[in-house]
Amino acid sequence: MIGRVLSLGRLMALLAKETIQMRRDRLTFGMMLGIPLVQLMLFGFAINTDPKELPAALVAPTQDRFTRAMVSALELTGYYRFVAPDATAAEAERMIARGDVSFVVTIPSDFGRRVMRGESPSILIDADATDPSVASGAISTLGTVAAQALSRETGAAAPAPGLSVVVHRRYNPEGVTQYNIVPALLGVILQLTMVMMTAMALTRETERGTMENLLSMPATPLEIMLGKIVPYLGVGAVQVVVVLAASRLVFGVPFVGSLTLILAGVFVFVMALVILGYLISTVARTQMQAMQITFFFFLPSLMLSGFMFPYRGMPGWAQALGEIFPLTHFLRLIRAVMLKGAGLATVSGSFLALGLFVLVLALAALTRFRKTLD
Amino acid sequence: MTDPSAEPVPEPAIAVSGLTKRFGDRVVVDRVTLSVARGEIAGFLGPNGSGKTTTIRMMCGLLEPDGGEGRVLGHDIRRERRAIKRRVGYMTQRFSFYEDLTIEENLRFVAGLYGMRPVGRAVRDTLADLGLTSRRGQLAGALSGGWKQRLALAACLMHKPDLLLLDEPTAGVDPKARREFWDEIHARAAEGLTVLVSTHYMDEAERCHRIAYISYGRLVAHGTVAEVVAGAGLSTLVLTGGRTAEAARALDGAEGVEQVAHFGATLHVVGRDPDRLRRAVAPVAAETGARIDPAETSLEDVFIKLMGEARDNA
Repeated sequence: MIGRVLSLGRLMALLAKETIQMRRDRLTFGMMLGIPLVQLMLFGFAINTDPKELPAALVAPTQDRFTRAMVSALELTGYYRFVAPDATAAEAERMIARGDVSFVVTIPSDFGRRVMRGESPSILIDADATDPSVASGAISTLGTVAAQALSRETGAAAPAPGLSVVVHRRYNPEGVTQYNIVPALLGVILQLTMVMMTAMALTRETERGTMENLLSMPATPLEIMLGKIVPYLGVGAVQVVVVLAASRLVFGVPFVGSLTLILAGVFVFVMALVILGYLISTVARTQMQAMQITFFFFLPSLMLSGFMFPYRGMPGWAQALGEIFPLTHFLRLIRAVMLKGAGLATVSGSFLALGLFVLVLALAALTRFRKTLD
Repeated sequence: MTDPSAEPVPEPAIAVSGLTKRFGDRVVVDRVTLSVARGEIAGFLGPNGSGKTTTIRMMCGLLEPDGGEGRVLGHDIRRERRAIKRRVGYMTQRFSFYEDLTIEENLRFVAGLYGMRPVGRAVRDTLADLGLTSRRGQLAGALSGGWKQRLALAACLMHKPDLLLLDEPTAGVDPKARREFWDEIHARAAEGLTVLVSTHYMDEAERCHRIAYISYGRLVAHGTVAEVVAGAGLSTLVLTGGRTAEAARALDGAEGVEQVAHFGATLHVVGRDPDRLRRAVAPVAAETGARIDPAETSLEDVFIKLMGEARDNA
């Protein structure tokens, strides 16, 4: 009776066939074994939800021993790393807007004098609060650390003057997570759909056997590439309108910066994505492989771009790795413009990086494109 | 098209020499030298996997040859691929138009790629020319084999090419559609179109002005059908009646006998030397009660011999 629904012989034949097919598809097989290992190592070490050593700028017109004591005390907490130890107020403002630093510590010029006179001095800390989780740890330790440092410096004899630490949570004073996440989601949604759809572009032709015909007709590689990607720019445009409208109307995300600049950034980003997808389709042999490569690319870009976890909280090597994803640069750009009102000058670096992606990926795709069936 | 270089030139439409293609260690096309005159219908024959498709793909710029050289319509096959593509119509072995597009949409696409203006008119003319007008709104994927082939032919003829490369165009097509297809090809050739057509079918080979036979990547015979048959130097005897199965067993592998093949109730026996063939056949015919008649050697007999020889040399 059981032999009717389940025969061991038939099952073995099916298993043997599946195993052989799995082994023949080298890419899939490699990915099944390789991806878990690579991603475990990568994300295990890179992800840090309590980011330390965040870049900071110091604005201190008079660099005296009190200033130095304050800086070393802050660095000792492990949360701050002063990358610009002697910045002007204007420089520091640009750096925080661009996202190069997460904090600006301002020690007023009369700080030392007030400490000596026993008056109560104050320091100002501007924190980039676009990502509320970044600032919290660093800010919570602040008061006690600063007071201790100061009392050490003035000696046990003198009573520690009442130091006041003023914290400005910039750009997102209420610490609303949506402000940070929703604009970033635009990038993530665009990335998933644009790359995946264009990654099928050529493999579909190859799988259906229409590639041979297409190649036998007089179309240039550039024409074929543009023909494949331009329709998706239109699809992307619709998505952009929907997501931007929803962020404004549903989530109430502030649009501080220029809409033109946002749209220009989105355009370059989408170009980079569709060309990346097209490049994948010149590499993959089947649509299945194209999907796999897309996902192989998708997960690390989510993890390392600063979408899920604070970019500045990752170790240096992971930050360097994050730079190879267009999403990383887009997130910087859209957060700076949308939430901080940054102008073109501030985000030109991100624009340049995205433009470079477009250029390099397009050249790679055109080089990879096989004009023959070889 | 008004291409200044399209003026009649003495040069043949296809002239390749020493054409070689390897896939890994396997030599798929081995020093093939072939010439096809303008306005000629050339049949390209050979068994499956003999290198026909690969040779055609090299001629139309879809594959890079590993050795040899050639000119198609006066253009170098390595350096002037784009010029060749503009003036050649290539019909692939497997249907390779878009199944999710209608006949008309497929043709519009092709007309656009060849830069035909106005597109609408070119499509209308082609539809009418190939009798596709009534079906122009049908999805290509829903068409039967014969109509798919007609669409493919329409698509590779619409830009008025000077050379048509057809890779097994009639595979999976019924006899009536095949007949119509060949009539179409002959009509075009009469207007000056050069055609190279690969096929398995012997009756199709006999419709060609000249044939070339390729086996294991090597060109083993070429010329008119009569020349190829004569060149093979075979004689054939037909045994009619009697116990043919028994006669076949007795003759298979016998001295002086090359091939034994059943044709209905008759047996075709082929050999190289007419006298030795008759000496071998006569006693068997007497024993099995069959009548012996001399017959014309068929192209198929010649090809089977050529196939056997090519394998010995491979």
